[in-house]
Amino acid sequence: MVEAIAFYVLAAVAIASAFAVVSVRNPVHAVLFLILTFFNAAGLFVLLGAEFLAMLLVVVYVGAVAVLFLFVVMMLDVDFVELKQGFLSYAPLGGVVAALILAEMLLVTGAVRTSAAFTDKPAGLPDGITNAERIGRVLYTDYLLHFQLAGLVLFVAMIGAIVLTLRKRTGVKRQDVSAQVGRTRKQAVELKDVRPGQGLG
Amino acid sequence: MGGLIEDFGPVWGFWAGVGQILLIMIYLLLSLAFLLLFDRKVWAAVQLRKGPNVVGPFGLLQSFADFLKFVLKEIVIPAGANKTVFILAPLLTFTLAFASWAVIPFANGVVIADLNVGILYLFAISSLGVYGIIMGGWASNSKYPFLGGLRSAAQMVSYEVSIGFILITVLLLVGSLNITQIVENQRAGVWAWHAFAWPTIFIMFPMFVMFFISALAETNRPPFDLPEAESELVAGYQVEYSSTPYLLFMIGEYLNITLMCAMLNILFLGGWHLPWGPVDNPVLGFIVFAVKMWAMFFMFAMVKAFVPRYRYDQLMRLGWKIFLPTSLVAVAIAAGYVTYVGRPVIGG
Repeated sequence: MVEAIAFYVLAAVAIASAFAVVSVRNPVHAVLFLILTFFNAAGLFVLLGAEFLAMLLVVVYVGAVAVLFLFVVMMLDVDFVELKQGFLSYAPLGGVVAALILAEMLLVTGAVRTSAAFTDKPAGLPDGITNAERIGRVLYTDYLLHFQLAGLVLFVAMIGAIVLTLRKRTGVKRQDVSAQVGRTRKQAVELKDVRPGQGLG
Repeated sequence: MGGLIEDFGPVWGFWAGVGQILLIMIYLLLSLAFLLLFDRKVWAAVQLRKGPNVVGPFGLLQSFADFLKFVLKEIVIPAGANKTVFILAPLLTFTLAFASWAVIPFANGVVIADLNVGILYLFAISSLGVYGIIMGGWASNSKYPFLGGLRSAAQMVSYEVSIGFILITVLLLVGSLNITQIVENQRAGVWAWHAFAWPTIFIMFPMFVMFFISALAETNRPPFDLPEAESELVAGYQVEYSSTPYLLFMIGEYLNITLMCAMLNILFLGGWHLPWGPVDNPVLGFIVFAVKMWAMFFMFAMVKAFVPRYRYDQLMRLGWKIFLPTSLVAVAIAAGYVTYVGRPVIGG
């Protein structure tokens, strides 16, 4: 019973905050609601017995990706009133996308529900094998290639972003840390004999 | 904790669990009061001062006096501030700081939730800590707090990466994400502690030092206290905070520091086990754990007292150009070691 209550609370908050993401006026609030949505989704994962995925969701999305979102949104001075001007004109397109996704999800749930492998309980794990181990085994054996390719794609994207924004400028003073650290007393300090009334000239 | 429901039935088990949580919270808050005093005393001693010595014998009650002062003062919220987020930020910092203690075992079996993914949980919760700071900085609607918040966010995100890799080296050597198992792996004594175990000492001792430094950066402690560098940013994200919200921020910050001490202890220094052998008695284990944590905290306090503050670009350079590659190499070495030589001998 506790699980049911937890599920409905988490699901309700997740849906409400997901709705708030698109409806609140302040962009920073929208991102904060997005974070709340992620967090509730992580809670749902825990209820499903997938605690490893839940933690990954929090670490990756809440802890890293959403921080960058928040960063950018705080720095940009987005005028949401202006953005909302043509809001209704996008409604038909948005509606179509939403309906498509809903239909797809219903289809997938239906297919899973009717398939022979379906049980009401989460897939039982063999004794002594944790969630993380199980995922790791699948990821690094059956799906090794896909896993590595996904990493490669991200790597390429990262390099692409750097290349796009890299500007080679001349005349920029750069810090050479090893030169700074390697400086000796002889190079840095010089003793001058200053005579009174004459200065160093 | 999970056993409570079976032992006492659903209702009493639930209340027993709540009582356990409250007990640990009170213990943490009380130790925090004395850790704060200890911090100030160490700092003062290094500078040849006496430190707080008026309230109570040797100033022992100073933190309680401070607490009363904070609570009784008026909460000032700037006119242009975003009120909800402004109040939410310290609450979030405070709550998250406590939430991470749920998986910390204080002694053999003395833990609220013995999760299978304990270390990941810790990592996840501590990666959320940045929100309190960045929200507080933004909601104050003022320049210094905002700059402080941005600095802090960048700093914490950077050092989390190296902390994550260091955690992975430990996890590889132990083969489990469960915190109790990580501690039990070091039960044989000081030569089984991850920081000193042979032959992994060559990678694990440097990892221990790096974890300590990253922990300083992650908790915004000197020499990495740039988010609240008083000479540049007054007090960073906390500028606009007063009375209880400030207190919540401060408690959260110090709880995170003690959490880092506990993590150093659990990951590298054998948790509740004595240097010369295992400890299975919860009371003795509790004391050993506390002593080790205080020792770690002493190091944090000393660093604060005698290391000058880093410049921001130096901080970023250290995080991304030195710690990240080094810890990555360490992960590769640890993984190679586990694959080709096998896990180091499990203690006890």
